[in-house]
Amino acid sequence: MLSYLVNKRALILMINFFTSPDQYKHWQINISGNVATLLLNVDENENPTLGYTLKLNSYDLGVDIELNDAVQRLRFEHPEVGAVIITSAKDRVFSAGANIQMLGQLSHVEKVNFCKYTNETRISIEDASLNSGQTYLCAINGPASGGGYELALATEHIILVDDGATAIALPEVPSLAVLPGTGGLTRVIDKRHVRRDRADFFCTTSEGVRGRRALDWNLVDELATRSNLVSQTHSRAKSFAQKNNRRISANGIKLEPINRKIEKNLISYDLIEILINRDLRTATFKIKGPDKTSNLSIKYIYSIGCKFWPLAFARELDDAILHLRFNEPEIGTWVLTSEGNHDAMEAIDKIMLKNYKNWFIHEIILNLKRTFKRLDISSRSLIALIEPNSCFTGTLAELALAADTSYMLDKAIEENTEKKTTFCLTGINFGYLSMSNGLSRISSRFLGNKGHIEKIKLIGGKQLEAKEAEELGLVTFAPDDIDWDDEIRIALEARASFSPDALSAMEANLRFGGPETIESKIFSRLSAWQNWLFQRPNANTSLESYGTGKQPTFDRNRV
Amino acid sequence: MNINYNETIPNNVNLSDDRRLLRALEQWQPAYINWWKELGPDQTQNFEVYLRTAISVDAKGWAHFGHVRMPEYRWGIFLSPAEKDRRIGFGHHKGESTWTEVPGEYRTELRRLIVTQGDTEPASVEQQRHLSKTCPSLYDLRNLFQVNVEEGRHLWAMVYLLQAYFGRDGREEADEMLSRHAGDPNKPRILEAFNEQTDDWLSFFMFTYFQDRDGKFQLAALSESAFEPLSRTCRFMLTEEAHHMFVGETGIMRIIQRTCELMREYDTDKISLMGGIDLNIIQKWINFHYSICLDLFGSERSTNAANYYSMGLKGRYQENKINDDHLLTDSYVSLPKIEEDEIRNEETPALTAINMKLREDYAKDSQRGLDRFNKIIESYCIDTKLTLPHPAFNRNIGVFKDVKASPSGKIIDATTWNKQRDQWLPSSADYELVKSLMVQVIEPGKMAGWIAPPKRGIHGLPIDYEYVLFH
Repeated sequence: MLSYLVNKRALILMINFFTSPDQYKHWQINISGNVATLLLNVDENENPTLGYTLKLNSYDLGVDIELNDAVQRLRFEHPEVGAVIITSAKDRVFSAGANIQMLGQLSHVEKVNFCKYTNETRISIEDASLNSGQTYLCAINGPASGGGYELALATEHIILVDDGATAIALPEVPSLAVLPGTGGLTRVIDKRHVRRDRADFFCTTSEGVRGRRALDWNLVDELATRSNLVSQTHSRAKSFAQKNNRRISANGIKLEPINRKIEKNLISYDLIEILINRDLRTATFKIKGPDKTSNLSIKYIYSIGCKFWPLAFARELDDAILHLRFNEPEIGTWVLTSEGNHDAMEAIDKIMLKNYKNWFIHEIILNLKRTFKRLDISSRSLIALIEPNSCFTGTLAELALAADTSYMLDKAIEENTEKKTTFCLTGINFGYLSMSNGLSRISSRFLGNKGHIEKIKLIGGKQLEAKEAEELGLVTFAPDDIDWDDEIRIALEARASFSPDALSAMEANLRFGGPETIESKIFSRLSAWQNWLFQRPNANTSLESYGTGKQPTFDRNRV
Repeated sequence: MNINYNETIPNNVNLSDDRRLLRALEQWQPAYINWWKELGPDQTQNFEVYLRTAISVDAKGWAHFGHVRMPEYRWGIFLSPAEKDRRIGFGHHKGESTWTEVPGEYRTELRRLIVTQGDTEPASVEQQRHLSKTCPSLYDLRNLFQVNVEEGRHLWAMVYLLQAYFGRDGREEADEMLSRHAGDPNKPRILEAFNEQTDDWLSFFMFTYFQDRDGKFQLAALSESAFEPLSRTCRFMLTEEAHHMFVGETGIMRIIQRTCELMREYDTDKISLMGGIDLNIIQKWINFHYSICLDLFGSERSTNAANYYSMGLKGRYQENKINDDHLLTDSYVSLPKIEEDEIRNEETPALTAINMKLREDYAKDSQRGLDRFNKIIESYCIDTKLTLPHPAFNRNIGVFKDVKASPSGKIIDATTWNKQRDQWLPSSADYELVKSLMVQVIEPGKMAGWIAPPKRGIHGLPIDYEYVLFH
């Protein structure tokens, strides 16, 4: 996961998110019929240069990148799987959660990025259970604390070994002076409906809770004896798998490696090019829309598999987002541009919605949904530019809706009069690509204005010109060609001049209007508090003294 | 109607090549002409006025004289020639190359500065629109109109910057310049001094002496700007502003001269009965105009001004002649504060005292004219001196706004102030009296009884030349 990238400027450590099962160091996928098992077996000394050992199945980013890949591959490559067991391959150890030494070493930026990514992975697990017909369950075969138990919480069914010793715990507050960072608090209350006073006790007791009490308090769903754990879990998994009853008519689709080339200021994929301007601190995404295909059919889509435009696009965009988040933290503004054929994009959206129940199409749309969510919760300013060659239709229009500000060129006054600049919504923009608040971006954009949303729905499929799109509120501004360059330049320069912290905080507040969900609470409440804690002296002294035997001295003021 | 703007608008900014600007002007120019007809000099549209029109920036080009109808005046867009390789002279960009484009991070601040400056230009035209009916001579009427068209041109200069460099926001601001009006209770001009009426010619001369001098200092400070187009625009405007102050200064001098003549002739200081303006009335007008002009400099302590300075947007008067680091991050100056009803001093970071520095330079410059006024009085052996009131007198902005002070700077209570106010500031009786003297004189060469003739005419022409032709 961590690889050295040599470039002419310097030797820099770059984080790479692409992996595949043959490269896994910490996970193993076993598939038996319609049940898959993800076995966690962390290689303690995977990378001796890192300065920490991953004891007790504790994890770092590398472990989580593999988990994310495994979940993703099970969806696409193993559609026959209807249930997935997460368990540990180590004897009498489930997982101690995120490695504390590792956390102590990370900078604030790295900590925040790490937590965000691990949260996204757990949410993707829940997405698979709820929407893909691959129900996750967890067999806790030994102590599961912190992120270990939180991983279990991300599944739909937790079976705990009842051996008089194994405990589940969220010891962050008493032991580390931070919060459980991967949704533990939220899921205990909102998903498992554990009573708040019991949850309070549970979260302040470092040794955690065992057997009977864990079951009584609904912290787990089932208990098993040591000898029965495996068989009990399997039979439970089988019944989940049967209930799911996915209509699979074909083999899985292999997720081939992504083509990516990284240069100093240019990252290129097949469909996406990203140009970095280090003075303005912008990354301009140039996204190539789909080509026109004459014989677009489900059969054809299967035959091209992961090269099918929406899937290829989602995978590349996903990788690009993660790459920029982790490896280019100073590039604060992402400028989204696109090019391509509107009709082709519309045709693809159409065939996808028509075949929404087809497992592969369904997975592609879910994948798009998750990728756009990644965009939403990226701490970068998003600016969409809609220009004459753009292809902001349907799936690609969603990018403009995700942006904090969008600019659309009003018809060129003197040049390019024959080339129209248009923006077009398709069915996919109305509910298929929901945000973490559970609403579509259109609904989030026009909160409290259902009538307007209905009106926009009616003109779905129409190629809108700038003034129309501006009047409907679908784009922010529609400058003409005379003003265009300057407006954009000034907007980008102004953005670059503001405090990055204030921008991240402001954008996170403005992007997610409307209701809260477990997911939105994790990012808006849990992560925000956690990030605040990370900046406070009490957490720092605590994380640094962890494992040294020294007791941290707290600033006793309640803030 | 097809207008060749490059021909009708004299300019040195390559107007014909600038599509954006051309379009913006096409939209703005008709609105401007409407504004001029509605709120410019009242009922003067058919007058032919002997005006100077700038047709280029060199010495020859901006002294081009001829009779024109004012709505047909060729308002042009001129920037002083660029200095080669000009560097930013102050603030945290000091030493870097100046900017030819608006930096996005300072867009809002620059726009606010330009709008505030620009708003004063049409305001004064509006304030002075009825003066033509009471002009003391054709010579003065012509000068009034000259000042008016040049204020109009200064509006063009600021509008040019807004339209050329600030996109749609700039165009909206340019329109707003014509929708705010001096004294309009719903949409007043931005700065209070520009909502006062200028109903009499004594006020007009005071205005051109004091308010236009504020303009000079503001423009000088803006001409230091790192934003090259603003700097060059303001440098050219300064050459025109000098003429306005000339009108003000010589106007006041001619009034004083006439007053002194009458005082000598009748051997009394109550010459208002003889159709002159008493020196104490002149002093009250000075007190009023000077004190409201000090407000134009803003608060003595200003973080806005400090930011503008640090950002390199607005400097000090003649920045490069000041011998310091031009960063001001570590220097302190003494600023007044009120403590126990006394004016005391307090050390303050120099950066936050930028307004005060400009105001002090303004005060010195204003005093120079006062000295010349006093020389005239002295030459008539009259034992009176005109003075500038203390900065604490009659203030609405800054540290002195909450106290009452006499013109000499003594803090007094409200009762005392109310009792003495009419001795220091124009009373309604004073306004009535001055107004009663304002009777239109338009016979070539003739002067109203309260003002002496000028030393010479315009552009080498005799004083009795027909500077304005009525039709």
